Amino acid sequence: MKILGLDPWKNGYELHKKIGVIPQEFTFFEKTSPREAINYYANLFGVKVDVNEILREVLLEDMAKQNFENLSGGQKQKMGLALSLVNAPELLFLDEPTTGLDPNARRAIWEVIRGLKAKGKTIILTTHYLDEAQQLSDRVAIMDHGRIVAMGTTEEIIQKHGSGERLEIHGNKKLAEYIKANTELQVKYDEAKMEITIPLEKKIDALAALAAAEQSGLDWGEIQTRQDSLDDVFVKLVSEPIEKQENTEVIEKTSKKKRR
Amino acid sequence: MVSGRRIYADFKVFSVGYLRNKFGLFFGLIFPVILILIFGAIFSGGGTGTVNVYAQNQDEGVFGQNIGDQFLAALNESTTIKVITVNASENFADYLAAHSASDGIIVPQSFSADYLSGQQVNVTIYGNPASSTSGIVGGTVGGYANYFNLQRFNGSMVIGLSSATVSTQQTTYVDFLIPGLIGFSILTSPMFSLVNISSEYKKTKLFKQLSLTPLTKMEWLISKVMWYIVLTIAGFLLMVGVGIFGFGAHVTLSPWLIPFLALGPMLFAALGMLVGTVTKSPETAGVIGNIVTFPMMFLAGTFFPITSMPQYLQTVAHVLPLFYVTEGLNNVMVYGNISGAIIDIAVLGIITLVIFVLAVKLFKWRED
Repeated sequence: MKILGLDPWKNGYELHKKIGVIPQEFTFFEKTSPREAINYYANLFGVKVDVNEILREVLLEDMAKQNFENLSGGQKQKMGLALSLVNAPELLFLDEPTTGLDPNARRAIWEVIRGLKAKGKTIILTTHYLDEAQQLSDRVAIMDHGRIVAMGTTEEIIQKHGSGERLEIHGNKKLAEYIKANTELQVKYDEAKMEITIPLEKKIDALAALAAAEQSGLDWGEIQTRQDSLDDVFVKLVSEPIEKQENTEVIEKTSKKKRR
Repeated sequence: MVSGRRIYADFKVFSVGYLRNKFGLFFGLIFPVILILIFGAIFSGGGTGTVNVYAQNQDEGVFGQNIGDQFLAALNESTTIKVITVNASENFADYLAAHSASDGIIVPQSFSADYLSGQQVNVTIYGNPASSTSGIVGGTVGGYANYFNLQRFNGSMVIGLSSATVSTQQTTYVDFLIPGLIGFSILTSPMFSLVNISSEYKKTKLFKQLSLTPLTKMEWLISKVMWYIVLTIAGFLLMVGVGIFGFGAHVTLSPWLIPFLALGPMLFAALGMLVGTVTKSPETAGVIGNIVTFPMMFLAGTFFPITSMPQYLQTVAHVLPLFYVTEGLNNVMVYGNISGAIIDIAVLGIITLVIFVLAVKLFKWRED
């Protein structure tokens, strides 16, 4: 395996100069401000940087002079992002950059990541939030026990591993049986949820199902058509809940590559 | 491989961060000064207390009467002077030097005869003009000389005083305390900080974060050592200042102190690093750090001279690295014993090198 032409096992020290990494739960010296930290990293890497430009890029200009300990969770992550940009890497590794953040802070980080993506950086981001993967990525890889079990664009993965479009009707068992008897559709019934599920081979099948329901004269409630989300696919593909897995760390990797 | 630019960058960030932390600054600089104030106040009391005065009575006596003995006995009754008798066969000046003593009296051979016959006779007072005790001795001896003169039937001035200068100074507790407490801060400040930092950075993965930069662990440790040397020198100046101006301590400042002020912080920063590295959690690191630090603090001649301890404890003291710091500082600052200090520097240098190399070798940026 080679990264940017370097063997990570043999040339780790050299490789670190070319990539940017934010470890999970990024921490820094408590009494150091983002501005000082960026200058510090620039000196360590031996590069000249425009500190203001980097601060602007990660939307952290207003907190530039605050000590790390006074930053909020999201601002700390932004500082991590800022530091990973100091050596102008082509390749960025972000390990769960939004874990533990509130929705607003997450969206702010997303904005920063989109900005970096637009600048042409290749970003490998690991996350437990599949909506984050769906929102940000060009390509997604789902990993189970350290192995990639699915990879592609979100649509590709859902199409390949998801169960297709289906109609869901809230109603009783009688209604389910009526629809089954009066159409050629497959009907599944979940007694506990009082939910009738009808897989749709063609979208027009939904009309037949609804016509039958109307004809039955029985009561029926909420209807919706839905498709498997990345979440559903993940649950299907990854064998056990994460908590039960031992020894192997499970990471769902969403890799985003810039289309060139 | 080792880059000065990176060391300086790390030094700058660390020192600025350190100075912003009031707590660390307090323990690094102010705390030892407070100790000097406390111990200095306890042991120096409000006044100087009794002054030890070495006295040689060369008086041969006359008619079985020895006025010299009576004179010294009277002096010993005073509240300001304690007379320590020196055998008449000793070379007095050498004896004072060998005992690091600055105050002495010689009663001359013909003292009794001259006193009784009314001949002028001088008691010689040895003293160091720089020492605060010589005034006390001069005043007291002069007072008793007058008393003896008045006791004579006509009160004529027979006993006079002459003075001789010695370069030695009497060591007081404060003289000893200053090198001791400098040793104390050389030990505690880098040691506790590095134990804490190394275990804490390991826990919060800050070391892992730093491993993603070109900074090497050797550079990181060197920058910490540099900072603690700076801090030690600042603390040194502060403590010496308080000692001299606050308690009239007599300490000699010499370039021979520099090796101790540099090697000491290096040794204990590396030792702290080592403790933090080999322990699993910050809690265990703290405990191990205390186990290593506290015996040194009390047994290595910090608060009391080790010569006041039983023999077996003195043997123990010689295994403690801090001993060579405090002994060396005492040799330079108090006893002026440079050849002794050079041996201390050599021993300290070897211990420091071993601990530093071990710390760099065993310390890992990340736990793999």
